[in-house]
Amino acid sequence: MKVLVAVKRVVDYNVKVRVKSDKSGVELANVKMSMNPFDEIAVEEAVRLKEAGKVSEIVVVSMGVAGCQETIRTALAMGGDRGVLVQTDADLQPLAVAKCLKALVDKESPDLVIVGKQAIDDDSNQTGQMLAALLGWPQGTFASKVELGDGVVNVTREIDGGLETVALKGKAVVTTDLRLNTPRYASLPNIMKAKKKPIETVSPADLGVDPAPRLKTLSVEEPAVRQAGVKVGSVAELVEKLKNEAKVI
Amino acid sequence: MTTYLPPLDDMRFVLAELAGLDQIAALPGFEEATPDLVDSILTEAGHIAEQALAPLNAPGDRQGSKLVDGVVTTPEGWQDALNTLTEGGWNGVAFPAEFGGMGLPNLVNAPIQEMWHSANMAFALCPMLTQGAVNALLTYGTDAQKALYLPRLVTGEWTGTMNLTEPQAGSDLAALRSMATPDGDAYRIKGQKIFITYGDHELTSNIIHLVLARTPDAPPGIKGISLFIVPKFLTNDAGEIGARNDVHCVSLEHKLGIHGSPTAVLSFGDHEGAVGYLIGGLHRGVECMFTMMNHARLSVGMQGLSIAERAYQQARGYARERIQGKPAGWTADGKTGIVNHPDVRRMLMTMKSKIEAMRALVYVSWAAIDGAHSNPDAEQQAKAALMADLLTPITKGWCTETGVELASLGVQIHGGMGYIEETGAAQHFRDARITTIYEGTTAIQGNDLMFRKLLRDKGAAVEGLLADMDQVARQATTLGGPQLGLIGAGLATAVAQTRQAVKWLLDAAAPNAALAAAAAVPFLRLMGTLVGGYQLARAALVSQAKLAAGTDTPDFYTAKLTTAQFYAASILPEVAALTQSIVISSDLVMALDEPLL
Repeated sequence: MKVLVAVKRVVDYNVKVRVKSDKSGVELANVKMSMNPFDEIAVEEAVRLKEAGKVSEIVVVSMGVAGCQETIRTALAMGGDRGVLVQTDADLQPLAVAKCLKALVDKESPDLVIVGKQAIDDDSNQTGQMLAALLGWPQGTFASKVELGDGVVNVTREIDGGLETVALKGKAVVTTDLRLNTPRYASLPNIMKAKKKPIETVSPADLGVDPAPRLKTLSVEEPAVRQAGVKVGSVAELVEKLKNEAKVI
Repeated sequence: MTTYLPPLDDMRFVLAELAGLDQIAALPGFEEATPDLVDSILTEAGHIAEQALAPLNAPGDRQGSKLVDGVVTTPEGWQDALNTLTEGGWNGVAFPAEFGGMGLPNLVNAPIQEMWHSANMAFALCPMLTQGAVNALLTYGTDAQKALYLPRLVTGEWTGTMNLTEPQAGSDLAALRSMATPDGDAYRIKGQKIFITYGDHELTSNIIHLVLARTPDAPPGIKGISLFIVPKFLTNDAGEIGARNDVHCVSLEHKLGIHGSPTAVLSFGDHEGAVGYLIGGLHRGVECMFTMMNHARLSVGMQGLSIAERAYQQARGYARERIQGKPAGWTADGKTGIVNHPDVRRMLMTMKSKIEAMRALVYVSWAAIDGAHSNPDAEQQAKAALMADLLTPITKGWCTETGVELASLGVQIHGGMGYIEETGAAQHFRDARITTIYEGTTAIQGNDLMFRKLLRDKGAAVEGLLADMDQVARQATTLGGPQLGLIGAGLATAVAQTRQAVKWLLDAAAPNAALAAAAAVPFLRLMGTLVGGYQLARAALVSQAKLAAGTDTPDFYTAKLTTAQFYAASILPEVAALTQSIVISSDLVMALDEPLL
């Protein structure tokens, strides 16, 4: 069984993100970049499936600037077998990413695609779903448990009301949630081996995809600064404020 | 309490621009140490330091290691952390592949170790001591000893210790009393050792003690000391664990800092005598120990850097958040963190500039060790060895003294909260305090620098280094630019003053050992301060060139230039005062009759 995992290069979760002065986006120059944490979970899940003998090859895909190579290398050091970089300077939006992934799935014919449920930069939470739709494959989103059966993938999903388990028949798209696993640290020998694993570079045009944005960003703003709270003297006062000031009850 | 963030940008800069990673990678056997591989390694080591080791630091300090019913337990999380390093192959970065290491240069190991120690010094001592034992075995072990112990120590499956100190024998090894009596192919060891770092624990299935002891007919003094391998559990040749050896932890010390690290009193031979195996030949123990110790001294020098970096991050974070008063000269509206008070800024700049100077000195020292071990060109190899010998006491002595000073500034920046344990600033100060003591106190480093590295060759090695500094100072002054000009001038002045101190030491102190010894630590401080300034001047030259050529990261280089200028203007002038102090006051040290003290 072959698995395709998509990883995104995002601003590291430790970095305090700053809005660009022209409000066109967030500052990316000289900012530490890392693999999207949900994608790390996706890679880890694929590696565990391979270690369990259920998967034979893991192809890691990333899209964006040349620096995404590093993100792919990180995934290869965790246990991926080879990489594909869809290199472009374009501002990639979920639909373009899903189309590129679709083209790669057509080319690579994996049996399972695992992606993070969302990226911590734009929090879109769309790519996996769009890809499943484009492929016409079943999807198991927000996975907290993945079990490979005979021609079926059982995915336990984290939903508002608790947990739901779905059985996906045939080839499928899975998006990972936080509780699926804890990603490993890459070992030193594997980091060294990863340097020798192949990474193929293609462009969106090679895949027949026009990556031009479909959505226009009007302006990016800092969230409003949190206001100080108010101390209330009694329950009655609290209820009064909730009713008349906050108007929530 | 802030989280530790590995300073990868500065590490990369020092590796590439000051310590010559490309030249080290060009040495035979180090071909794999390409910049992009090193980058991947540092990134992942950074994750481990930040996520696996750093969060255990404060809880480990509170919990400490404990001895209950003869069993030593380490703080919660220590086992998982050690497993992470062992399973990931991180213990063997700089060791030969034939014993399971990665065969990378010491220079690549340097930033990794820096991160471990910044993240959690009390923990990182365990792998550090094991690496020391590996070095001794690599150099002096027989083939059979290497085959048995090295693969397990290189991976970290077993840990190693160094057993030197006894109650009556601290800095003076000549006073050692532990006895090793021949018993067939082996020896039986009897005696007590104290201050044994990670001397006992349950983290690994075996502990390999390297123990200094005397044989019955040995000559007195340090010439009669031999080194023995004493495993906690005896093994067969295949390394399978057998009977418990007669070495036991009698107690753990209650210390000022590094509470997570079990500092054991070990009793050898309470019963039938602990089985020990001679390593490195009879009566050659001190020589063996010194091979191990030179590495260990650089590692402890690095701890000074590591703890200072952690204290700096903590203090910087607090200074940004803590709002208090209106800074002098502050005109903006609204409240601001104490980071904008000029004196807090002075302390932070002192920390930042000295940390960057230390990082350069430490990495350059490790690069010299790599050159000394691996350069095939005899002349280059000898030059690197000379540099490593000269820099080792300076790195150990100055970086640890500076580490304590900066950790103390870290407390100061916190104000009263720094004296309260919950901010974490105090722990760094407490932890740092041991570094100027173990692996040879600052006085021992001063004496090493004075007698072995300065007076023995009549100042030749020091003058060689000063001549390199002249060149850098000249380059900086000629290239110009207001900042470089000042940095060059500051370095040139300090070098000239150092020559005065050196001349006086060679003329007046060389014939008078007491005078030379009195001047030893001031001279060590002088050399540390000077070498730090030299490294930052080199950094400034690179930064100016990068800015002139155009760069994606102008902020980094601009900050580097200003930091180097601050050091040149604010720290380097201490060289003048130290020169004065050495020349004028060395004879005053012993001037007072002892009863009048």
